Amino acid sequence: MQIIAQILFLIALVAGIGFFVRNIRRLIRNINLGKEIDRSDNSGERFGKMAKIALGQSKMVKRPISGFLHVIVYVGFIIINIEVLEIIIDGLFGTHRILSFMGGFYSFLIGFFEILALLVFVGVVVFWIRRNLINIYRFLGNELKGWPKNDANYILYFEMVLMILFLVMNATDYQLQLNGAPHYSSEAGIMGSFPVSQFLLPIFDGMSNATLIIIERTAWWLHILGILFFLNYLYYSKHLHILLAFPNVYYSKLQPQGEFNNLQSVTDEVKLMMDPDADPFAAPAEEEEEGEPEKFGASDVFDLNRVQLLNSYTCTECGRCTSECPANRTGKKLSPRKIMMDTRDRLEEVGEIINKKGKYEDNGKQLLGDFILEEELWACTTCNACVEACPVGIDPLSIIVEMRRYLMMEQSSAPNELAISMTNIENNGAPWPYNQQDRLNWAKEN
Amino acid sequence: MAEALKVPTMAEYMAQGKKPEVLFWVGCAGSFDDRAKKITKAFVKLLHNAKVDFAVLGTEESCTGDPAKRAGNEFLFQMQAVTNIEVLNGYEIKKIVTACPHCFNTIKNEYPGLGGNYEVLHHTQFLKSLLAEGRLKVEGGKFKGKRITFHDPCYLGRGNGEYEAPRDLLRKLEVELLEMRNCKEKGMCCGAGGAQMFKEPEPGNKDVNIERTEQAMEVKPEVIAAGCPFCNTMMTDGVKGKNKEDSVEVMDVAELIANAQDL
Ligand code: SF4
Ligand code: SF4
Repeated sequence: MQIIAQILFLIALVAGIGFFVRNIRRLIRNINLGKEIDRSDNSGERFGKMAKIALGQSKMVKRPISGFLHVIVYVGFIIINIEVLEIIIDGLFGTHRILSFMGGFYSFLIGFFEILALLVFVGVVVFWIRRNLINIYRFLGNELKGWPKNDANYILYFEMVLMILFLVMNATDYQLQLNGAPHYSSEAGIMGSFPVSQFLLPIFDGMSNATLIIIERTAWWLHILGILFFLNYLYYSKHLHILLAFPNVYYSKLQPQGEFNNLQSVTDEVKLMMDPDADPFAAPAEEEEEGEPEKFGASDVFDLNRVQLLNSYTCTECGRCTSECPANRTGKKLSPRKIMMDTRDRLEEVGEIINKKGKYEDNGKQLLGDFILEEELWACTTCNACVEACPVGIDPLSIIVEMRRYLMMEQSSAPNELAISMTNIENNGAPWPYNQQDRLNWAKEN
Repeated sequence: MAEALKVPTMAEYMAQGKKPEVLFWVGCAGSFDDRAKKITKAFVKLLHNAKVDFAVLGTEESCTGDPAKRAGNEFLFQMQAVTNIEVLNGYEIKKIVTACPHCFNTIKNEYPGLGGNYEVLHHTQFLKSLLAEGRLKVEGGKFKGKRITFHDPCYLGRGNGEYEAPRDLLRKLEVELLEMRNCKEKGMCCGAGGAQMFKEPEPGNKDVNIERTEQAMEVKPEVIAAGCPFCNTMMTDGVKGKNKEDSVEVMDVAELIANAQDL
């Protein structure tokens, strides 16, 4: 019996981790569909930023209530998972509380985990209330309807159940130890301390050891299977951020937020145009080597860079960006969160095609138009509020600008007045129809 | 004012074989927009007052390309940038001051990659340094004790992390400095950036400048201080939209300082 349990456990573990590895490989493959971008510079500064924002959650606590609760759930969840280490060893070798040789420290740890579990439970309940009962602007957006909203709630239920299972497992285990049940009790006395689950003991009052063992084993199994399930649920969920927040912050832009990148392909062309001595055949020859001439801007996920695609997988759909967005706050269609969710949805769609057919085959769709509308793109004031607000270092603005570049330079499609001001800049060196020769007239007026 | 302002150009300096301490980049709004021209003049008066040896490019100046870049027209932006850089480098410019955060951001951050390397300052930063050097005196004067709130321009604040220079200057004016709910890192855009100034807004339920003006009104200011000609226009329109133009003024920080001293 015992050995069967051990084998079943091993199978579950291998399957759970194997499936997880497969998903991560797909994720990396999809991100690599984007353009290369060199962010290998300043590793020291990048590590510092990662430590502060991803690990230290410095941007989360800017909103004190949700920030504080999130820190609890995050710390609790990570630390409680240390307990999983023991569960895995016990599961594989049929032992009971293998780490209890640590004695007093072990009791301290288990006690600490229990308190954290309680705090996580409370935090998650408050999250659920905020999300479902209180009208909070950033949880009301259109893009959250359907799956994203369910996803968020599923995870909350899931965490509640996991915490309950953990406490039930401990309570029954404690009772079995008190009863002196074989395998559970030890001559060294009680293993672990149970500051929270001890209050659950009355529930199990008068149960036989056999019943207690069934409850304990069930809770134990559901707990570990639940964690393996969670690991694999991540890929389909906004909860990827618990892994990706770290690389995402690491690779985020270090330059001032106001600085937009200069397109090298444009620089090459401008140089050629401005330089009378340039060999007009030099640059095109270079381009021919790479096949078709480079496309300006982005109309699909392939035109975005890998950091932007990583951004889309990392997005927690928290809506901090959208709730600070001046366009969104005044009723425009633009929502930076939606930009990120659309990018991920499109990337996943492309990924699915590759899963099925081995390579991407045009399905008649693209990011621009089928997911993100021009109307959204033109509403952006490039104010960087979304970038500043994002707790995991995402830059929705860079995607908006990349898509505007495509609209402007490949499609010559811009709102009419904007197109006129572009012509003005081209002809008179100012966005208004004034003559450049009048530029100093202000000094003479009055 | 009877006499015209003395505004030397780089061409004149060059002809005399001189080099100014700093180039004043006026920008399109500062050159052509009626409201912004007043800011330009106020700033020039302060420069004279502090005996700063400055010059402008005048007719050799052209749009930095900021609206083109934010609108996605990278091509036009780089054409503008390369042309401007040629002029600036031709005059061997080292230091630039501008009263427009958009020009400031573009020249400071996006020109270096195209061959234009200069020390670039926003006018509030430059005025602050003049103050520190004792060249400029800023005193309370007529704004002492007035309720003033500062609206952070996106491309000065979030864009480049400068929140304090304009506030330091206002404090020197001994005003009652009030902060809006959304200020500094969380400051809300006036609605002009990203080339929005040059197009109609997308359909929505409100204009951005109205929303921002309402936020400013919450602190009951007598003056909304700005540091950008576009914010200035947007907030001025917002105040008019709220029929508050008689009780609330929108003024650039440079204008406040110049006015306080009756320059
Ligand atoms: S940069 Fe654009 S998308 Fe981001 S908050 Fe500002 S207006 Fe919204
Ligand atoms: S982009 Fe950042 S702020 Fe916006 S929803 Fe995603 S995680 Fe939240």
